Amino acid sequence: MAAKSKVPDSFDVFIKGLWKENPVFVMLLGMCPVLAVSNSVMNAIAMGLATTFVLVCSSTLVSLLRSFIPKQVRIATYIVIIATFVTIVDYAIQAISLDLYKALGAFISLIVVNCIILGRAEAFASKNTVSKSVLDAVGMGLGFAFALLCLGVVREVLGSGSLLGFQVLPDRFQPWAIMILPPGGFIVLGSWLLLFAWFAEHKQRKNAEGEAARA
Amino acid sequence: MSTAENVQAPVPQVSSFKMIYTLGGVAMVSGFLLVLVFQATEGRIAANKKAAIERAVFQVVPGAEQRRSFQIVDGDVALLPEGEAATGTVFYGGYDASGALLGVALPASSQGYADIVKVLYGYDPNTETVIGMTVLESKETPGLGDKIAKDPRFQENFAALDVKLNEVGDGLANAVVTVKNGAKEHPWEIDGIAGATISSKTVGRAMNASASELLPIIRKNLDVLKAEQ
Amino acid sequence: MPDESLSFIFLNACIINNFVLSMFLGICPFLGVSGKFETASRMGLAVIFVMLVSSSCAYGINHLLVQYDLEFLRLICYIAVIASSVQLVEMFIKKFSPALFRALGIFLPLITTNCAILGLALFQTAKEYSFLQCLVYAVGAGCGFTLALVIMSGLREKLELADVPSVVRGAALTLLLAGILSMAFMGFAGLGGS
Repeated sequence: MAAKSKVPDSFDVFIKGLWKENPVFVMLLGMCPVLAVSNSVMNAIAMGLATTFVLVCSSTLVSLLRSFIPKQVRIATYIVIIATFVTIVDYAIQAISLDLYKALGAFISLIVVNCIILGRAEAFASKNTVSKSVLDAVGMGLGFAFALLCLGVVREVLGSGSLLGFQVLPDRFQPWAIMILPPGGFIVLGSWLLLFAWFAEHKQRKNAEGEAARA
Repeated sequence: MSTAENVQAPVPQVSSFKMIYTLGGVAMVSGFLLVLVFQATEGRIAANKKAAIERAVFQVVPGAEQRRSFQIVDGDVALLPEGEAATGTVFYGGYDASGALLGVALPASSQGYADIVKVLYGYDPNTETVIGMTVLESKETPGLGDKIAKDPRFQENFAALDVKLNEVGDGLANAVVTVKNGAKEHPWEIDGIAGATISSKTVGRAMNASASELLPIIRKNLDVLKAEQ
Repeated sequence: MPDESLSFIFLNACIINNFVLSMFLGICPFLGVSGKFETASRMGLAVIFVMLVSSSCAYGINHLLVQYDLEFLRLICYIAVIASSVQLVEMFIKKFSPALFRALGIFLPLITTNCAILGLALFQTAKEYSFLQCLVYAVGAGCGFTLALVIMSGLREKLELADVPSVVRGAALTLLLAGILSMAFMGFAGLGGS
């Protein structure tokens, strides 16, 4: 399917979701699940996969049907499509592991109002070919999963001393329970954003100094 | 998708009929997909739920190898066949390999520190004691309140917790109550966890409420529970 | 049907398990709209409205779905109900208070993707509340949302006048503040219990 598109173009579409236009860190979308489900790496990975699945499937379908959907009912149609895939994921997770389902709670169903999915359907999938839409969706989904992992790793290691259930910190380490609780989510996400902003500023300053030196 | 169809998109006049049939068509396909997935996963999900219940029942009724579900409707106990929806409070009987009743697993719940705490506890009708307890659902503080599920010393409370009925048989002779850590004197008291008072009290409260309400009914209907299948 | 008292349900939804600060629902509008007190309070009011309407409709729909054994359609029906209630509330406000409508502006349609509304519908279904309990839960949740938004807007307005380092400005600051607020709200846990 991607044979006709230029390689650099498609790659661009894919890679931007991971970093430059990362849905969580740059576009500040889909924060609710990132904060809620990132208290353990297992939950974070599961949520990332579930969201990516819904994102890819709905973007594909929206892109396939984009010429048939009249403008006036497009949002309603997108929502029906997204809700269908979310329900499918909901039942799939229940069938795979009831424990995981209980851990993720209502946030599986809440994927349907994740602004990332509706946003990509509206902004990209409805205006591009299926292959590009799939790449975009996968990129965005992975970017979202990356954000989930950033938070998940920090919160689980500091909050339980473990990673994916395996003890990684010595027994002497008194876990910072606050990390698993709601405030931890806010503080860790805020800290990551702070870190990225600091890096960006640092880079900007170095570029400015470099230019000033050359001038 | 062909570009010829794309040319139609800028045309502003879209008939209501097209809107309805597009939305309707998508809705129908989605409904069809959902029914498919639902039926495909139904069996697996029911099996998962059954396994989870059995794990909990066998944990609180030590030695049980079989489990039967019952429900309390109108103050009477009735067998609840597999897969049927319950209309009353559901509880479980734990039986050994030969089908003899070892104990009954009953649900209890109460508002905890963060949210409702749900537990399942085992009751031995011969000794009239609680023989085990497991936490089904809890959102208590990790590291503090959630010790009610893991702390071995707290669990020891439930190896032989006295829940004898009073003379009339309509309530507990001595209310189950959680006391401060180390202050347990009577077999119907629960030794609380130091530093997790509220969560420990929640378990005591839940068990007291459940036992006072359910045990009289259970004792009256022991023959239904022991009946041959 | 749980036997929680109505006042407890209200307190629970409003401050003990605040929808924004404890349950992580409605974060997008929380970050976006909490800059000024005006916008925060108006969004909060709109959300209370919509929550009441969606909560009652969701209760009715769930009743129907359970009766006809169609529970797998729950999510689609809920989201349809929410989108419609937002439309309804929008039309209602436009007719009866054009001033309020103009003040709310873009916020009203944005509520459709507010996870707090869908979250409310899903939670009340999971808790199996009666109709009256659902309504109280909805009002409590809306008030809690408004409370969080208004407190944050007050903080942010004050911080506009402070010397905040550039790296932390914007979403990072709001999130860190929210973390501290969330910690403060944890102090309400255990309220209403015995």
